Amino acid sequence: MAVTVTPGSTRREEHPSMRTGRPVIAPVHRGPSWLATGHAASTFRIMVLAIWAIYFLGPVYFAVIAATKPTNSIYTSAALLPYKPQFWTNLGYIVSYGGGIYFRWLLNSAIYAVGGAGIGTLLAGAAGYYLAMFKFRGREGLFLTVIGGMLVPATALALPLFLMFARVNLVGSYWSVLLPSIMSAGPFSLFLCRVSAEASVPRELVEAGRIDGAGEARIFFSVAARLMFPGLVTAFLAAFVGIWNNYLLPLVMLTNKDMYPITVGLGTWQGQTTHTDILETLILVGALISIVPLVIAFLFLQRFWRSGLSLGGVKA
Amino acid sequence: MTTVTATSPSTGRRKSSARTRALVTRVGFLGPFYTAFTLFFLLPIGFAIYESLLSERRIGGVFGRPIEVFSGLSQFGAVFSDSQFWSGIRNVALYVCVLAPLMATVGVTLALLLDVTAPRLARVFRTSYFVPYAVSQVVATIVWGALYTPGSSPLSEFHININLLSHTLVFPSIVNIVIWEWGGFNVILMTTALTAIPTEIFDSARVDGASKWGMAWHIKVPLIRPTILMSMVLTIIGTMQLFTEPQVMAQISDSIPSYYTPNMFAYTQISGDNYSFAAAISVTLALVGLIMSFAFIRITRRRTY
Repeated sequence: MAVTVTPGSTRREEHPSMRTGRPVIAPVHRGPSWLATGHAASTFRIMVLAIWAIYFLGPVYFAVIAATKPTNSIYTSAALLPYKPQFWTNLGYIVSYGGGIYFRWLLNSAIYAVGGAGIGTLLAGAAGYYLAMFKFRGREGLFLTVIGGMLVPATALALPLFLMFARVNLVGSYWSVLLPSIMSAGPFSLFLCRVSAEASVPRELVEAGRIDGAGEARIFFSVAARLMFPGLVTAFLAAFVGIWNNYLLPLVMLTNKDMYPITVGLGTWQGQTTHTDILETLILVGALISIVPLVIAFLFLQRFWRSGLSLGGVKA
Repeated sequence: MTTVTATSPSTGRRKSSARTRALVTRVGFLGPFYTAFTLFFLLPIGFAIYESLLSERRIGGVFGRPIEVFSGLSQFGAVFSDSQFWSGIRNVALYVCVLAPLMATVGVTLALLLDVTAPRLARVFRTSYFVPYAVSQVVATIVWGALYTPGSSPLSEFHININLLSHTLVFPSIVNIVIWEWGGFNVILMTTALTAIPTEIFDSARVDGASKWGMAWHIKVPLIRPTILMSMVLTIIGTMQLFTEPQVMAQISDSIPSYYTPNMFAYTQISGDNYSFAAAISVTLALVGLIMSFAFIRITRRRTY
């Protein structure tokens, strides 16, 4: 069904080279290439696109400006202009506020996201590779069972997970968030890893490994995993973002605020802003800092990520 | 292959040991993933269904020990006769009706515009649209919340004094947050579909004298129809589960009750230890989401042919 086509092919970031031969896209014109044609229609088009860029980036700009203002001046100063910027002072406040609880939350988020995404990607990588390389009866059935799970949003799964963990008395522990996080992007990861293995691991190479006497595990870890790396990175990133940004699951599972991830922590701060003025500023500083690891992850892994996204298209 | 032709007495054993090894390999590669999938995906869903069929009874009077007894569909009866549940369903239904077409329109329009823009510039725009994807729903709601709050809102500088968190405006305010979060993702979705269209189609259209506008409307949009439908199904399913944005927003707005969406209602019930009732809400919500998606696919399919 339409669903199986989803992630790989849809998230594909196009590469300029893919578009050559399409005069609509790259019209022949003079002047700087990025300006396209000089007609009024195209100016209008670019203006519309630019307004939307402002819409999508504006709130981030606002958050940066607000986070650098002196505390208590968010309401008294111009919203969109810098006012006595003191980002480092505010950073100092957030480091010391509540005994540095903010960085505890940041650490927790990192543990949940790196642990969950890391283990999840490893499991999906192995299973996806096996499904791609070995033919056996029931293979497609096994695959489709999981792929159907892509239709289940993380939020829908959080309450059932809570009910189950409550039965086995695991609610309120690190495990109650970490274990379900392993499967947070499970169906998508399996899909991506299978496609990735089919597209980038040549069967001849696996055969050659076998003839040389390498075990299946060794072939996977030292040959296939390397070739599948772009796909694995994409799966890891998808899971990482999902876990880092998850709210309902840790909200229902955890009661001890020392175990909160950043989302739940900031959520509780939001509830306290009316009593504690300094939080008006700190919450925006905290919100900004919480985006940084994701931006770093995206940039750092971008090279692999880009090529991983095009995987869905390779399958032909 | 030579070992197969040799009829030594060890062949059978070797064959079976090879089969054992193949089985061990299969379990080794598939076992961990499928165990985790069963434990943290299938089992909770099954468990929620099971839990929804129970109800709590106290033995020995009101202060007695609570035990759980099988009660069939009585929890569902209780859910369906709860006016707060219906209020939540009405709210998410309203969100679905507005968000599904709006999100698809934003995605399609921007993707079509980017499609006829120079690649380098288009890439810059697309990246900027995708930025909110990396921002968590909690953070998005916090930042937009500050933008909505009178006083810290840029609107107040222009002396526009409307309360975007008020009873009437909180709906469009939340719609806006969701569009902001997922708009860029939908643009990427549509862009990918557009890039998959074979170029020959455009060449022949151009020979036939199609304008850019005509090409977009009569060729591109019909060809990416499946992706548009998929985007709408994703929006429907996601919106049915609406939770984070109103939950975080409720802390700064008086207009959002604790039962604003079915998920918020279920969360409130869990805080009150009403597990079976919460389970029944969860199961109902998941079913309604699935049915709505399938119905939507059916209806839109039928219209095509």
